[in-house]
Amino acid sequence: MASRFERLHAPLITPLTLVLAVIAAAAAWFIYLRFQLGLGAIANINAGYPWGLWVVVDVVIGSALGCGGFAMALLIYIFNRGALSPLMRPALLGGLFGYSLAGAAVLFDLGRWWQFYNILTPWHWNLNSVMLEIALCVFVYVVVLWLEFSPALFERFGWKGLRQFAENWMWLLIALGVVLPFMHQSSLGSALVVLGHKLDPLYNTAFLPLLFVTSAIAMGFGVVVVEATVVSHSFRRASEHALLVQVAAVMAWLLIGWTLFRWGEVAYRGALGGVLAWSGATVSLWLETLLALFAALVCLSGARNDARWLFMAGVAVLLFGSVYRVASYLVAYHPVGNYSYFPSFPELVITIGVIAFEVLAYLVFVKVFPVLGAHGAAHPARK
Amino acid sequence: MFHAQPDLETVLGDDPDAPIARFGNVTRRQIFKFCAGVAATMGLSSAAGVKMAQAATNPSRPPVIWISGQECTGCTESLLRAYHPSLESLILDLISLDYHYVLCSGAGKQATDYKHKIMEERRGEYILVTEGGTPMKDGGIYCKSGGHTHVDLVREAAAGAAAIVAIGSCASWGGVQSTSPNPTGSVGTHEVIPDKTVVNIPGCPPNPYNFLSTVLHLLTFGRPPALDALNRPRFAYGRLIHENCERRPHFDAGRFALEFGDEGHRQGFCLYKIGCKGPETYANCPAVGFGDVGQGTWPVGVGAPCFGCTEQGIGFEKPVHALADLKTQTPPSLYPGVDAPKGKGASAAAAAAVAGVAGVAIGAGAMMLRGMGAKSDEDKGASDGEA
Repeated sequence: MASRFERLHAPLITPLTLVLAVIAAAAAWFIYLRFQLGLGAIANINAGYPWGLWVVVDVVIGSALGCGGFAMALLIYIFNRGALSPLMRPALLGGLFGYSLAGAAVLFDLGRWWQFYNILTPWHWNLNSVMLEIALCVFVYVVVLWLEFSPALFERFGWKGLRQFAENWMWLLIALGVVLPFMHQSSLGSALVVLGHKLDPLYNTAFLPLLFVTSAIAMGFGVVVVEATVVSHSFRRASEHALLVQVAAVMAWLLIGWTLFRWGEVAYRGALGGVLAWSGATVSLWLETLLALFAALVCLSGARNDARWLFMAGVAVLLFGSVYRVASYLVAYHPVGNYSYFPSFPELVITIGVIAFEVLAYLVFVKVFPVLGAHGAAHPARK
Repeated sequence: MFHAQPDLETVLGDDPDAPIARFGNVTRRQIFKFCAGVAATMGLSSAAGVKMAQAATNPSRPPVIWISGQECTGCTESLLRAYHPSLESLILDLISLDYHYVLCSGAGKQATDYKHKIMEERRGEYILVTEGGTPMKDGGIYCKSGGHTHVDLVREAAAGAAAIVAIGSCASWGGVQSTSPNPTGSVGTHEVIPDKTVVNIPGCPPNPYNFLSTVLHLLTFGRPPALDALNRPRFAYGRLIHENCERRPHFDAGRFALEFGDEGHRQGFCLYKIGCKGPETYANCPAVGFGDVGQGTWPVGVGAPCFGCTEQGIGFEKPVHALADLKTQTPPSLYPGVDAPKGKGASAAAAAAVAGVAGVAIGAGAMMLRGMGAKSDEDKGASDGEA
């Protein structure tokens, strides 16, 4: 079976990768300080805001950005849109790093991180805990992602037997890879349901799990659009625009449905009175609505034929999901007591460094392993 | 002071779990456990526990004469409710309680005669326990027994006593009947016999284990435990209730019950503001508790402010709802507001980092869009043909 994917033949060390490496090294230094001196010396998180930048950006948003593989698997295998499969591996790779680093980020956000191994000791599980569900599910999903991606590694090293074995069992991994994100992406919303009145009325709903998982799928499509556009542009590869337009259409209807449901739900609960108040929650609600509608409008109109507009729509979707998550976890969250939170410089450097490392690793992987769709300049694989 | 002690082994026998009839069928193991527990209560070494077991099982154990004056028998009731061991099976036998109004098997002249017999035969050996205040006004006529005033009975018994223990607040300083205007001129035992050392075990009632521990210390070492300026054993009255109170963290944090049954009271907050006298009362109530049913079984533990029963001038004297005079830390009149801002704002470096990242992202996006514009014009024909 000839591979439908190919390596990107480009130098590993470029000015961009060097800059990314420097940022990642700075983050590593602060992570070292965090373990040496403790959370309080590094981070601004406090008793009112125990979840700060690391959880919200690295874990919640990071894992949603890692939903590219999940969203594409849903589309390609469940809805049988096989033509889109060249987009699968790059999306999977993004998800791989998004999730792996989300799991790593949890480790340095934990106060007593040396207890983390207890996640593997079932007799210590609290089966009523949403966090347990998230932790276990993400843990398993990271393993599944690596296995899903493993054929690319086996191809590179020429281990045909192993690759065939992995391909034979791929249906199981794909099934798991679709089911697991449904579980933990919705649980990231469930984790907020218990906050009750601490969440602004515009955000406090029992439908948080549904809103989280569906917006994560939209972000998954968004990240595929952005990533494919950036890669094809930066590495001067043939555009995958024709495929991306199909993805964008699905994404657009998802966003419209999401926004309608979101507003309908707010209205149904009688919380509409808050949408004109001047507060962070209100601004966030309008921002995410406008971003979603902008993206949907672009993706359903003639503007989608212009790669630039489509790229902006993809970015808008990523911003939309990020705004919704930052608002749910920080802006629309009002802890009891007069607490305030803004990330410290070291916190920011660590988060930026983690993202830089993600991008760096992605760039290295696409150059070392067959990840990108093999249609290079002449589109040989697409007939 | 007491008889030489025989070898413990010969007294107790070999089998640790065989009941010893002479001690009310208590086993040797139980005696050791009890004495070791008492020694631990007083902060003594485990070797002292062995000595106590020896003293407590001494066949010629010293008699105890218990005289009651202006009292309510609450101290006796309290002592009867000591459960490790139960008083009747161990301690009454061990200390040979030879005279006690309430617990004597005999009565009237018979009992009084026996008291006199012991006082003569064991002169200089017996322990005198006084319960209740002693009225001094009008020649002490307000409390009499067998035609004699209580003050005379106390002086008579004290003359030949090896040691004197005043149990309860009434015997310690006069207690409730000495409260102003003190119509009977009630005073504590030590004021009746100023030339003798009286160990005071105040409390209304006192914790039975404070009394038992003191008596066993007397039996064991021939002298009372370390006493404070008011002749109270320091192991029991050395610290303020406030110091060991389980509600102390609430005091320090400024969380107070403001009236009975309010939110703070139901939450178990500090009772200082509804008149708890713990901050000016010396006793070990929070550490030992009452009734042998576990931690928290003392007045403050169940939500009733301490009323200072062990402290002269406070118990029965200060109004129940009056604030205690704080002997240690005074709570600040102004606590930091519960609404004080917590958390750090944005530092210049953090703000700069956010702005920098946003700037780079927007810049990179703009650059890319511009580059794409140039490129899409180039290959427009190609992509159209493909579609």
